[in-house]
Amino acid sequence: MSTVKLTIDNIPVEVEAGTTILKAAEKAGIHIPTLCYLEGINEIGACRVCVVEVEGARNLMASCVAPVAEGMVVKTNSPRVRMARRLNVELLLSNHKMECPTCIRNLNCELQSLAQELGIRQVRFEGKKSEYPIDDSTPAIIREPDKCILCRRCVAVCEKVQGVKAIAPMGRGFDTVIAPAFQDKLLDIACVECGQCTLVCPVGALYEKDYTSEVWAALADPEKFVVVQTAPATRVSIGQEFGLPPGSINTGQMVAALRRLGFDRVFDTDFTADLTIMEEGSEFIERFTKGGPLPLITSCSPGWIKFMEHFYPEFIPNVSTCKSPQQMFGAVAKTFYAQKAGIDPAKMVVVSIMPCTAKKFECQRPEMRDSGYQDVDYVLTTRELARMIREAGIDFRNLPEEQYDDPLGESTGAAVIFGATGGVMEAALRTAYELITGKTLPSLDFYDVRGLKGIKEATVDIEGTKVRVAVAHSLGHARQLLERVKAGEQYHFIEIMCCPGGCIGGGGQPIPTNTEIREQRIKGIYQADAEMPIRKSHENPSIQALYREFLGKPLSEKSHHLLHTHYTSRGKY
Amino acid sequence: MEACQCEAKWEELDKIIAAHRGRPSDLIEVLHQAQDLIGYLPRQVQVAIAEGLGVSLTEVYSVISFYHHFTVKPKGKYQVSVCKGTACYVKGSPEILERLEKELGIKAGDSTDDGKFSLEVVRCLGACGLGPVMTVNKRAHGLLKPDTAVAVLKQYQ
Ligand code: SF4
Ligand code: SF4
Ligand code: SF4
Ligand code: FES
Ligand code: FES
Repeated sequence: MSTVKLTIDNIPVEVEAGTTILKAAEKAGIHIPTLCYLEGINEIGACRVCVVEVEGARNLMASCVAPVAEGMVVKTNSPRVRMARRLNVELLLSNHKMECPTCIRNLNCELQSLAQELGIRQVRFEGKKSEYPIDDSTPAIIREPDKCILCRRCVAVCEKVQGVKAIAPMGRGFDTVIAPAFQDKLLDIACVECGQCTLVCPVGALYEKDYTSEVWAALADPEKFVVVQTAPATRVSIGQEFGLPPGSINTGQMVAALRRLGFDRVFDTDFTADLTIMEEGSEFIERFTKGGPLPLITSCSPGWIKFMEHFYPEFIPNVSTCKSPQQMFGAVAKTFYAQKAGIDPAKMVVVSIMPCTAKKFECQRPEMRDSGYQDVDYVLTTRELARMIREAGIDFRNLPEEQYDDPLGESTGAAVIFGATGGVMEAALRTAYELITGKTLPSLDFYDVRGLKGIKEATVDIEGTKVRVAVAHSLGHARQLLERVKAGEQYHFIEIMCCPGGCIGGGGQPIPTNTEIREQRIKGIYQADAEMPIRKSHENPSIQALYREFLGKPLSEKSHHLLHTHYTSRGKY
Repeated sequence: MEACQCEAKWEELDKIIAAHRGRPSDLIEVLHQAQDLIGYLPRQVQVAIAEGLGVSLTEVYSVISFYHHFTVKPKGKYQVSVCKGTACYVKGSPEILERLEKELGIKAGDSTDDGKFSLEVVRCLGACGLGPVMTVNKRAHGLLKPDTAVAVLKQYQ
């Protein structure tokens, strides 16, 4: 490997050949501002906010794409550089629909921060502003093109990470707009509502549909009994919204905050994650012993399900019929729990706190009404919950830790790992092994299916029977894995999660969410697992009681009615 | 979307697509051939091309909307070409164009829904002395002001 020597702001640096000036500067401890750049995903040199001066070169260079050269002399902070950066940002501001105080991204907006960082105090130009309608057609994602700065990060994520290609630049020059073909509404196209675009948008041009006012109204209504569930991945991400390090485990504070917001019961989606393992594990054992169809593919991730319905409907028979844990929760809350607690399910409102935008779509699917009502009424992302906590003036960081309510609040380590890629597989293996063999697992940790590798494979020996499993996260990797299956590769069990890293990297998580932060959240998830007294779903006493008192056994008629579902082929256009 | 008027040409189109099946990088070439064949690129044609080459409809439409050459509607009865060559530009052709876009309710590169007018931008028409210039079905109209340009359109209603 050859290296290159150069100086940046008089600091000598030695880096590998082919490194960008931006990366080399980072190594030298020099910060260069960027905007359109997204490491490994969007490296197109479009915004020119990252320009630097290179001795001997006539033009300033975009450091995010320009490679280093031997003996290069770079200046990142010359008057010319500062002026050019300012000019580029001023031009973006000159035609921007500037409504910071009421904008969803106020105080977490890269355009705003850049303007501050570059010391822009006035915008010298008045540009022509675009006037595109806001697209709020879907239950999950809103497009507001007039705030778009055309950085194309969303396009790159949708194409390269998710392989969906729902949106792209349309037109050219001033008239360019990032949109679906024919400027169709997101509702009418094969967008899976994963929200990955909302995570990377630097401004308020793509964001989640906010349901906080509906939830505030339910909380204020004395007639309503409002129940909340929290997804596994939210407990390791909510803290970031309040300045805590990414990945810190704040389960207890989150429960306390939800009580203070006025929820009548604070329950845990982890409970129904355990329930999912009972149902899906049994489904797997049945398919495995009775001849298929295999591979069985997990169904917890609504973005993946919508993707499959659009692009791979031929896999419908392979996908588990289990509802996702969020939907199982709604169905159980409005039947079993309502009965037990003597509450009229018509007056019960079920709210979910999710790392996910696609869950907003999922809860409105017409199939998800098996309790006789819409099983889950509102889905709030982690970001929306943080907004409510702030609005209520709750001092999150200093809250005492509180416990979930019983019985839908009891859970295991197997449930919390649903939040990370590989977790559902690992949880299912822990249970399937013990149910099949009747023996205790020697070690609970299946390291092969953990971590950020795109596609993970493992062979698990269940008393002489070899079970081949695979795990994919992000839809781009899901596509690769499904193509392998179509080409004849044999697996018994596959886990697919729509978002990179699994739910901890979901489209409703705090911004920023990047690879480093994903890794920290995954660490938090496995730490939470290790700290749980019970780590296998079938050992959850409240799950055992639920079967005893209400459902009978896994895959019973009642289970089928409440906890299982079916899928629809949706077409690509 | 208006009904596709190109049934007779589907067979021909299928042949073009078949020759490039599964080759996303041939998109622009296929679009050229399809437009030469049909005259424009309606939605159904775009879907067929997307499907055949293995790209998304969004990508197809993105490319079409980038190049002025491509059009998604049949050409209007009257082709209005506004010159944006240097001479016409400095004499005010941008204002002419803007006014015509407003009047017709379409952007350059598009055609009106009633099929009457298509609007496009061209480079120097070789009549710089008469700038700003536009042509309607090849007939030149010079020394335009936004109002007179609109009056010219009226002659063709
Ligand atoms: S996107 Fe950023 S700069 Fe634009 S209005 Fe919102 S907060 Fe302000
Ligand atoms: S929500 Fe997902 S599929 Fe839809 S445009 Fe955004 S990234 Fe693409
Ligand atoms: S919508 Fe957001 S991410 Fe996409 S191009 Fe516009 S500013 Fe960038
Ligand atoms: S960050 Fe380098 S050009 Fe946008
Ligand atoms: S520039 Fe318009 S005719 Fe020459």
